[in-house]
Amino acid sequence: MVYISQIAFLLVLAVAGYFLAKRIGSIKKNINLGKEVDRSDNKGQRWKNTLLIAFGQKKMFKKLIPAFLHLLIYVGFLVINLEVLEFIIDGIAGTHRIFAPVLGDAYTVAINIFEFLAIAVLVSCVAFLLRRNVLNVKRLRSLSGWPKLDGNLILVIEIILMFAILTMNATDQLLQGRDDHYIQTGDFFFSGLLIPIFEGISVEALRFTERFAWWFHIIGILAFAVYVTYSKHLHIFMAFPNTYFARLTPNGKMNNMDEVTTEVKSMLGMDAGDPPAEVARLGAKDATDLTWVNLMNAYACTECGRCTAECPANITGKKLSPRKIMMDTRDRIDEIGKNIKAGKEAEEGNALFSEDYISAEELNACTSCNACVEACPININPLDIILQGRRYMAMEESSSPQSWNAMFQNVETSFAPWKFPPTDRFKWADKLNEEQK
Amino acid sequence: MSDSTYKVPTMQEMSAKGESPEVLFWVGCAGSFDDRYKAVTIAFTKILNKVGINFAVLGQEESCTGDPARRAGNEFLFQMQAMSNIQVLDGYNVKKIVTACPHCFNTLKNEYPELGGNYDVVHHSQFLQGLINEGKVTLKDGGEFKGKKITFHDSCFLGRANGVYEAPRDVIRALDAELVEMKRCKTKGLCCGAGGAQMFKDAEKGNKEINIERTEEALDTGAEVIAAGCPFCMTMMGDGVKNKEREHNVKVLDLAELIAKNEGL
Repeated sequence: MVYISQIAFLLVLAVAGYFLAKRIGSIKKNINLGKEVDRSDNKGQRWKNTLLIAFGQKKMFKKLIPAFLHLLIYVGFLVINLEVLEFIIDGIAGTHRIFAPVLGDAYTVAINIFEFLAIAVLVSCVAFLLRRNVLNVKRLRSLSGWPKLDGNLILVIEIILMFAILTMNATDQLLQGRDDHYIQTGDFFFSGLLIPIFEGISVEALRFTERFAWWFHIIGILAFAVYVTYSKHLHIFMAFPNTYFARLTPNGKMNNMDEVTTEVKSMLGMDAGDPPAEVARLGAKDATDLTWVNLMNAYACTECGRCTAECPANITGKKLSPRKIMMDTRDRIDEIGKNIKAGKEAEEGNALFSEDYISAEELNACTSCNACVEACPININPLDIILQGRRYMAMEESSSPQSWNAMFQNVETSFAPWKFPPTDRFKWADKLNEEQK
Repeated sequence: MSDSTYKVPTMQEMSAKGESPEVLFWVGCAGSFDDRYKAVTIAFTKILNKVGINFAVLGQEESCTGDPARRAGNEFLFQMQAMSNIQVLDGYNVKKIVTACPHCFNTLKNEYPELGGNYDVVHHSQFLQGLINEGKVTLKDGGEFKGKKITFHDSCFLGRANGVYEAPRDVIRALDAELVEMKRCKTKGLCCGAGGAQMFKDAEKGNKEINIERTEEALDTGAEVIAAGCPFCMTMMGDGVKNKEREHNVKVLDLAELIAKNEGL
């Protein structure tokens, strides 16, 4: 009988592992569709950022209450997962609470801490559900369809999983007096509060409930892990590489296009060095023209909308939304990944920078003010994507707004963005001494 | 110095005499052509004269850094501009640059090195802060701005782009003025609406102009002076104040103008 449940457990583990590995593989493949960019420098600074910003959630603390609730869920997630280790060993070995006799009193303390965290996660998730659906937080209320459902589902799943743990512990404690299989663990405070609910039922029913809760919790967690790979919630893993590989140069610096440098140098008769192998495209038309860091950013985004809430264009009613830039990028690279898997042309469907995803109107509305970059708790950079889209518009399509084309012409012919004669450039100095008299 | 005329030597003149200045004042296109910002250029030049800084300008040899072209996507044009500017700057063996434009500042400082132009670049707010700290600019007690409410509008290209938040504020504090902050300031400062080459085109369809949103916030502080450190912010905030019909009691002034006025220059 024991063997059957062990085999069943291994089967569940294998199935979850298979799907998880498959999903991780395809996300990795999609990210690698991006262009190369070197982020192997400054390892010390990168680890420091990962520790402070991803692990320490430094940028979250600009807003105290959500930061605190988020921290509770995050710590709960990390710590309660220690218990999953026991689940897995028990599941494979056919044991029950294998750590209890080994750890003795420490086990009781540990489970009490886990239960406290489970309650903290529960309360935080309820608070977040209210915040998402009742309170008027514009950046959250403005979501609809799948992104909205996704956000709510994650919270509901977490609440259910926490209830499963508490139910399991409550029934386990009742069984400790009635069934020798259930070894003594000491009292658990929070699940102890649920004991009155289960007190009246038979040993068989208790056993069934305890086992059901155990299986529900472990299958739930494994299924959740697979679900996360389809969800915005992927940030729980991606936040770490995302902050590690984030740009370290000043926000104001745009990356240099070396292929352009080569050409400009040869136009100016300077030594241009070796010409680049092949220039595919200037700027970005589709998701595959972006760098792998841009694509990783898209998978790391949890759609919180702090970027959009700070965006001056969005605040004043323009169509541009940095969050949408990231969501569109993820949707499109997912689509391209599926095209490749299905043996179709990779670029089939609408390109990332087209009316169906990110329109010219959105790209043109950006003031490159870096508010979105600054606002992102995990250092995602929507601006970098916008600017690459603009490069394609200006250099490949010549589809920049007319006034920009006029500005380009002025810079070219008058060496200033306005049409003034270059000989007037120093005229301000005449005024300097006129005024003094 | 007050008896003699203000001087603006060019690099060409200096190099003809075999001299080289301590610092190049990069005036920028707005500082050269925009009527409002020419006043800032003049104010800063007067301060440089008064303090006795050995400086020079490029005069007619100066050219757009290429910033608006780059932000609008035209990398070719940007690099053409950058390369020829670097040739001019290196031709004069320029080492240190000060500019009153955060866009020029950002481009010269962060984007020219990759194209071979390496200079020590400071924004005029940092330069002024240095002069104050060194005691070269000592502000009169009870100057024009003593006790007045001044709010500082962060330029995105100075603040978020380069992390310069305190230098301009130090300048304002040195005036003995009451520095009042807007609700969104420093890292959370709201753009004036002109960055990313928006200065050179109309805004996309929306329900409000960004500069109006920002001006309202500035006016909410009750400040009599909105201080700025950027030609585009200056235009946007100035237009905003006019739009709100408050130009009679709210002035938009550059940091150099604040110092120059305080010193009676």
